[in-house]
Amino acid sequence: MASIPRSRPAPPSIKLSLSDPVVRAIVFQVLVVGGVALLVWYLVSNTMANMEARKIASGFGFLNREAGFAISEHSIDYSPADSYFRALVVGVLNTLIVAILGIVLATILGTIIGIGRLAKNWLISQICSVYIEVMRNLPLALQLVFWYYAVILENLPSAREAHNPLPGVFVSSRGIMVPVPANDPTYGWMLIACLIGIVGTVLLSRWAKARQAATGQQFPMLRAAAGLILGLPLLAWLAGGAPTALDWPELRGFNFQGGGTLTPEFAALLIGLVTYTAAFVAEIVRSGILAVSHGQTEASSALGLKRGLTLRLVILPQALRVIIPPMISQYLNITKNSSLAVLIGYPDLVSIANTTLNQTGQAIEGIGIIMMVYLTVSLSIAAFGNWYNKRIALTER
Amino acid sequence: MKHLGKIAATAAIALGALAGTANAQQSTLDAVKAKGFVQCGVNTGLAGFSAPDSQGVWKGLDVDMCRGVAAAVFGDANKVRYTGLTAQQRFTALQSGEVDILARNTTWTLARDTSLGLDFVAVNFYDGQGFMVKRTLNVKSAKELNGATVCVQPGTTTELNLADYFRANRMQFRPVVIEKLEEVVAAYLAGRCDAYTTDASGLASTRSAQGANANQHIILPEIISKEPLGPAVRHGDNKWADIVRWTFNVMVEAEEMGLTSGNIDSKMNDPNPGVQRLVGKTGDMGKMLGLENNWSYNIIKQVGNYGESYDRNVKPIGLERGVNELWSKGGIMYAPPVR
Repeated sequence: MASIPRSRPAPPSIKLSLSDPVVRAIVFQVLVVGGVALLVWYLVSNTMANMEARKIASGFGFLNREAGFAISEHSIDYSPADSYFRALVVGVLNTLIVAILGIVLATILGTIIGIGRLAKNWLISQICSVYIEVMRNLPLALQLVFWYYAVILENLPSAREAHNPLPGVFVSSRGIMVPVPANDPTYGWMLIACLIGIVGTVLLSRWAKARQAATGQQFPMLRAAAGLILGLPLLAWLAGGAPTALDWPELRGFNFQGGGTLTPEFAALLIGLVTYTAAFVAEIVRSGILAVSHGQTEASSALGLKRGLTLRLVILPQALRVIIPPMISQYLNITKNSSLAVLIGYPDLVSIANTTLNQTGQAIEGIGIIMMVYLTVSLSIAAFGNWYNKRIALTER
Repeated sequence: MKHLGKIAATAAIALGALAGTANAQQSTLDAVKAKGFVQCGVNTGLAGFSAPDSQGVWKGLDVDMCRGVAAAVFGDANKVRYTGLTAQQRFTALQSGEVDILARNTTWTLARDTSLGLDFVAVNFYDGQGFMVKRTLNVKSAKELNGATVCVQPGTTTELNLADYFRANRMQFRPVVIEKLEEVVAAYLAGRCDAYTTDASGLASTRSAQGANANQHIILPEIISKEPLGPAVRHGDNKWADIVRWTFNVMVEAEEMGLTSGNIDSKMNDPNPGVQRLVGKTGDMGKMLGLENNWSYNIIKQVGNYGESYDRNVKPIGLERGVNELWSKGGIMYAPPVR
């Protein structure tokens, strides 16, 4: 304990002075906030004044006008006769599709590589190390261009000379065409059955946990979950008359018609995002596993827990605490990096908003929309991540 | 502390500069004269219109437009700096003052002339949109393109005309939209698309750039749109717009009168009053524009007339004069009189 010098007089409580830390803190905070507010006001008013002076149109009225341009990939119905608003919605959905798929695949691939780097097998761990170092040290934009132009477009034949590795599967520079189940109402019912199965599994696991806590009896949760989530849709499929009709892709005119298509742009973007982000995920997973000391494993086996239970109840919960926060950043990165799609022609939000702002000339509004959408998506991911992180965080008593 | 002071001073100057450029609506001519060169927004690389040659010197019909303005303002056609712009960047670059002239094979449309805060001042090339396909595809007409995949650049009138054309003819197509010219061409060449569409001049330019492989590609006969390409300036600065407009008109008028960069010196004493005005001997034309009276002489001497510029730049990529021939020779290139 440092002693307080006795000679120091008690500060007069009414007099405001900058040497008072409380006053100083308030004054500086007011100054900083005021400064920022002033800067924002200056930028906004200046922009408005300049746009007015240069006769540049402003406002969001253009959203209802006919877009007039076509979009190659759309998950909802879209034609050039639709509005700019609908075009932008198509863009948002395209961004979300690639982001969600990217997040799932990057997590899986990254986890495998992260564990691989820790493997006892020298070759496997070296391969994983090289992968991580190469992938995370090359700019993503370069990788995307590499995948799209150098790998996909240069190596695949034209539509008329498409590779045909399996019946109904065609690989060409137009993408990968596969047969998909022909449209049938049964698939809708299967989806509903699957959702019911998931809800049922959640409820069942709560009940099983409560019963184990009360009586000590365990319940074969894994088998029950598999039965519910896979079995129910299967039953629905059988009840619907077991439809097996497929929609086959077929070369008609210039392109393949029918079937499902994985376009080169989408494939290149997804591969690029996943392989790049997986390198970071791998390092995060590795750090998480290494963060749990070996003593924990030994202690739990001394308690008689089996290997699987040790991993699930002791190692993973502690590793996840280290893994989750940086993992959220990677998920945010994937979402934001998907905007590089503009380089390789995948119609994501940025690409479509760019076209929109160019056709209408309303750059500020276009950029504003892009920012709002990314902010909303990113904040949602962050909020979900933080909620999950709080849930698994160490509860200290 | 010393550093802190420096940083603060820098920030203050930067902010001040920001305020200065943002608020000042000073005339473009004064600004150009003050900095000593014309900042010209051009295509990133379109042979015949604006592309750097092997020595890195920009050449092309659009480039000559800017050189002409520099010759008129400074008496030196080389006082130009070029900014390569993509289709998507071009209007913002002009609006924000990053460039003084946008001479980037840009189509003059009503929406652009009114809502973008810019003014088109002339048409230096009458173009139309076409399609290019590989010869092996055996397509003879754009009407046979139903179901085709088409490569196109975003943010262009081309993209809109393409959708309009297929809608009007009740045909389907799939677009592949890539911003950079070099990359959209690469995608077409790699077979990602059946057809590549842009202005016919652009197609000819791209085709000729394939060298020995040029005849593996054919340009389909249909021209599906009007594309009057021309230079644009910021809206509201009429003086600057006049200079750019009349620079172009002088080039066309010079061709009509038979004045070329080669013969203008020998025509200085030509009794024809129209020639006398064009070489700057009579009429005070330069004064009216706020320039020296020899402005038009400098344009013709240093850049040449429109026909010279066309023959030098556009002929080599395989485009005949066509509608861009003078009105007196069957085309539609027509300049108001310089008088």
